[in-house]
Amino acid sequence: MEAVLWFGWFRADIIAEYAALFWRGLQMTIGLTVICILQGTLLGLALGLARLADARHSPARELCRFGLRWPATVYVSFFRGTPLFVQILLIHFAAMPLFVHPTDGLLVSGEAARELKQNYGAFLTGVVALTLNSGAYISEVFRAGIQSIDRGQIEAARSLGMSYGRTMYHVVLPQAFRRMLPPLGNNAIALLKDSSLVSAIGLAELAYAARTVAGAYGRYWEPYLTISLMYWVLTLGLAYVVRHLEARYGRGDTR
Amino acid sequence: MDAVIRVRDLAKRFGTLEVLRGIDCTVSPSEVVCVIGPSGSGKSTFLRCLNGLEHATGGEVIVNGIAVHDPATDIDALRAEIGMVFQRFNLFPHKTVLENIALAPVTVRGLAPAAAAERARALLAKVGLLDKIDAFPNQLSGGQQQRVAIARALAMQPSIMLFDEPTSALDPEMVGEVLTVMQALAEEGMTMVVVTHEIGFARQVADRVLFLDEGRLVEQGTPSELLDHPREERTRQFLSKVL
Repeated sequence: MEAVLWFGWFRADIIAEYAALFWRGLQMTIGLTVICILQGTLLGLALGLARLADARHSPARELCRFGLRWPATVYVSFFRGTPLFVQILLIHFAAMPLFVHPTDGLLVSGEAARELKQNYGAFLTGVVALTLNSGAYISEVFRAGIQSIDRGQIEAARSLGMSYGRTMYHVVLPQAFRRMLPPLGNNAIALLKDSSLVSAIGLAELAYAARTVAGAYGRYWEPYLTISLMYWVLTLGLAYVVRHLEARYGRGDTR
Repeated sequence: MDAVIRVRDLAKRFGTLEVLRGIDCTVSPSEVVCVIGPSGSGKSTFLRCLNGLEHATGGEVIVNGIAVHDPATDIDALRAEIGMVFQRFNLFPHKTVLENIALAPVTVRGLAPAAAAERARALLAKVGLLDKIDAFPNQLSGGQQQRVAIARALAMQPSIMLFDEPTSALDPEMVGEVLTVMQALAEEGMTMVVVTHEIGFARQVADRVLFLDEGRLVEQGTPSELLDHPREERTRQFLSKVL
């Protein structure tokens, strides 16, 4: 076989040969990241609100404290305090069989469980692990964003008779969201890169594609440099989207 | 006539700091009550207890026959009837003037957006800011922002208006335009409780003036009684400094 040395030592033909694999890997990485950004943001919002929950009167006061603030705090502490890689292994090999199992799965069992595990097991783990993990980080962004809004804004809305929920939805969150965009963008970029860890349990995303190619040819520069560039372009794209959103939601901003 | 606000032995503590130490007073319909006193006297806290923004630690506040600090009270429904204007305006910076005014009537009262916009236009005409309807708050002067804030509160068609030092954050030349709007409101028969340092406004517009000091209602009376012939030494001392 004739070696094509288009760029000197860089064997681009290897990449060309596996283009389809990289393409599918790219789609998987993007899909996984988008799903987890959306779910992680919703989870982060819920956790952030839970960590700020408070009430004036008993028993709602105790309910907020022990039923919302404490569990949310422990949750965030755990998922920020342990390695994502370990969480992925824990979920894939320990938690998943508990919930999805052919004989006694708590959520899914029987033939459906076997099929799910066979075809989507790693994907499911990836989605669950990255969502749970990013939700913990994003909750801190929401908490800080909500707390950064002047109390006078909340008081003005409440004095007009708006409920807590309406105040959050119409007054606090839109303003907080504008301030949260930069850190949310950082989280999205971190999530995109962290998705490569899921290759360890065999999900065919970008890093997995590179590993496959590296194994086949015993060459490392070509596949890993290729996916590095792809990750880089993706993060640049994410940063662009965040800047665009900042401009769009910046109306009425004093700065 | 029956009082619309009835305050009995109202007390408020922040930790060990006693801000209000048992205040009793009533406000009648269409009455304009000005609350004066040195800073730290508890007058803003008193006002904020009237719509439950501060939670009383003792006594009770009855507004329109409803106990404000009763856990069973639907505080949102009650607050919809009590307008409030803040020292720092607190307009929503991400919304236009129109959106600021229409937000609560649409979301709380369920008013149709078109009807809310119509109401907003009428109120803006009243406060002389119809041309600013599509502006954002940061494009307005302090006096204009405060007039929008008054229009926003009025859009809920409240029966009572509370003012928390509405002119204290304004440049001197803008104080007049806000007081003029408030005076017009008073003349229409709105029930108003106004915490203020504007003794001239109190003298001209108030039906009754309350003097608060160290969390107690030291003295109250008509403007001429309290401002010109104070009975208490503490009131005299305060007035000699501000008049």
